[in-house]
Amino acid sequence: MRVAVAVFPGSNCEHDVVRALGTLGAEPELVWHRETDLEGFDGVVLPGGFAHGDALRTGAIAALSPIMEPVRRMAESGKPVLGICNGFQILCEAGMLPGALIANRDLAFICRFVEVEVVDTGTVLTAAAEPGQMLRIPLNSYEGNWVDPARTGRVVVRYADDPNGSQDRAAAVANEAGNVVGIMPHPERASDPLLGSDDGLVLLEGFVRSLRASVPA
Amino acid sequence: MKVRVTIDRRSEIADPEGHTVMRALHDLGFEDVQEVRMNRVIDLEIAGDDPGEVRRRVVEMCEKLLANPVLEDFEVEILG
Repeated sequence: MRVAVAVFPGSNCEHDVVRALGTLGAEPELVWHRETDLEGFDGVVLPGGFAHGDALRTGAIAALSPIMEPVRRMAESGKPVLGICNGFQILCEAGMLPGALIANRDLAFICRFVEVEVVDTGTVLTAAAEPGQMLRIPLNSYEGNWVDPARTGRVVVRYADDPNGSQDRAAAVANEAGNVVGIMPHPERASDPLLGSDDGLVLLEGFVRSLRASVPA
Repeated sequence: MKVRVTIDRRSEIADPEGHTVMRALHDLGFEDVQEVRMNRVIDLEIAGDDPGEVRRRVVEMCEKLLANPVLEDFEVEILG
């Protein structure tokens, strides 16, 4: 179960993701964003951070990085692709998830635990969760306000309250097939009781389960 | 050639920053302000002297990077 954790200039959550996935039995490896070949990986995570300093629009420059071509091919072949926070923004900018992320409604950088509800368990992120399961996970973003004018997005996790104005209170969104998911709060920052919550583990467990399912026989 | 690209967020998409600026203008006594949109202007200097060809290239740049088709419309103006 090799999983690539992409590193862009300005990523800052890659080590947290590697640690959390490692404790769940996956084999995560950091991969620089100039890489053009992800052969042999069973899935990929785009971690949080501020890739390219958020120049132009969050995720816009990173969406054109060389690594995004093999990421796109993995997505098309049905392998699990997860974007967390800035990774979610990158997937939207790359056109791999519907919609876009704009500034929070109240122009505040939100940095606190939020309650979220799993509303769709048919995706690589939510495969181990129960429908309606409530989770307490940190939200750390300025541009977490998801807008989807075409209304084609599949909302898989919802905020219990409405912290940032996100359409349909979406905290996580999937493509139609459910193998590409973007989530704005950070499950890897809620992966150990020492961090204040381990509620994110059930999401990462679902992702690891999906990785296992995508390992070639 | 000098080219100016204007990128406007579509009117149906919220502009939280514009809304905050509008409220500040109201606080200053400019209560007649009904909307503020924080649109973006990008000035480019492009090698080439064929305005049609330069425009075509800049439109392609907007489609590939400078504008987000989910949120924004753009206009390309050749300044000379």
